Amino acid sequence: MKRVTINRMKLHLPAISANESVCRAVVAAFIAQLDPAIEELADIKCAVSEAVTNAVVHAYFCRGGDLYITVTLYADRTVKIEVRDKGCGIPDVKQARTPLFTTDTDGERSGMGFSVMETFCDRVSVHSRVGHGTRVTMLKKLAE
Amino acid sequence: MAKENVYVRAEVMQDVLRAELLGEIDHHTCRPMREELDELLYLHRPRTLIIDLGSVSFMDSSGLGLLMGRIALAESLGTRVTVRSPSLRVRRILELSGITRLTSLVLEGGSGTQKKERKEHV
Repeated sequence: MKRVTINRMKLHLPAISANESVCRAVVAAFIAQLDPAIEELADIKCAVSEAVTNAVVHAYFCRGGDLYITVTLYADRTVKIEVRDKGCGIPDVKQARTPLFTTDTDGERSGMGFSVMETFCDRVSVHSRVGHGTRVTMLKKLAE
Repeated sequence: MAKENVYVRAEVMQDVLRAELLGEIDHHTCRPMREELDELLYLHRPRTLIIDLGSVSFMDSSGLGLLMGRIALAESLGTRVTVRSPSLRVRRILELSGITRLTSLVLEGGSGTQKKERKEHV
C-alpha cells in the first residue's frame, strides 16, 4: 500500500544512555503535529525508549556508537519510526524477540524490550546483519 | 530520617524503608536509582521496603529490571517488598512483565483496577 508522506525527520546522535530521554522527547515533539492522543504518544515514547536502549546496551555494549532515527508521518495518520545502529548485529532475530530473552550478563535487563515495542505498536520489524548493524522499524496508526 | 537525591526520596521509620522513585525510570536513570536503593537496603536492612511509584512520570522495561533486581535483593536480605501507587501507564508495564503475579510481591494503590492486594498494615 502506497502511503503519502506528509513529513519526515532524521535524528543522528550518539547511542549513550543520556540520549534515551532526548530521543523520546524529540520523537514525541515531532509526532505532536498529528495531535495524537495522550495514550498513543505515551505508547510511542515507550517503544522508542526500548529500541534506543537496545542500541545503547546491546548493539554497542554501552561503549558508544551512533543512533540513526527516522520518523515518517503519513497522511493516513500512520507513524513509522526506524531506529538504526551500526553495532554488532543480532545473530538470531527470532530468539532476540522472544520475551525475557536477553544477552545481558551482569546487568538487570528484563528481556522485555521487544515485547513492549510489539504491545505498543501495530507492527515491529527487525532487520539485522552481524557485524554491520540493526534496523528496527515500528509502525503505529494513530486514531482519527 | 529522610534522605533525598534527585532520583530517590527515601525515609526510614522504625522497620520500614520507604523509597519514592522520582521522574523517569529508563536505562539511564536506573543505575543511580539502583545504587541508592541497594545502599539503603544494605544499610538499614528493613523488615519492609516500600517502593513508591506515585511520582514516576515514565517507565520502560528497564524499570522492570530495576524492580525485579531490588525485589530479589530484598528477599535475599529477608525484606518484604511492596510496590505502591503505580499510575495506569506504569501498571500496564508491570502487568506486561508478570511481576504483578509474583506471590511474594504486594502491589498497592495507584489508579486503575486493583488486581491483587493483601491487607498489610505497615
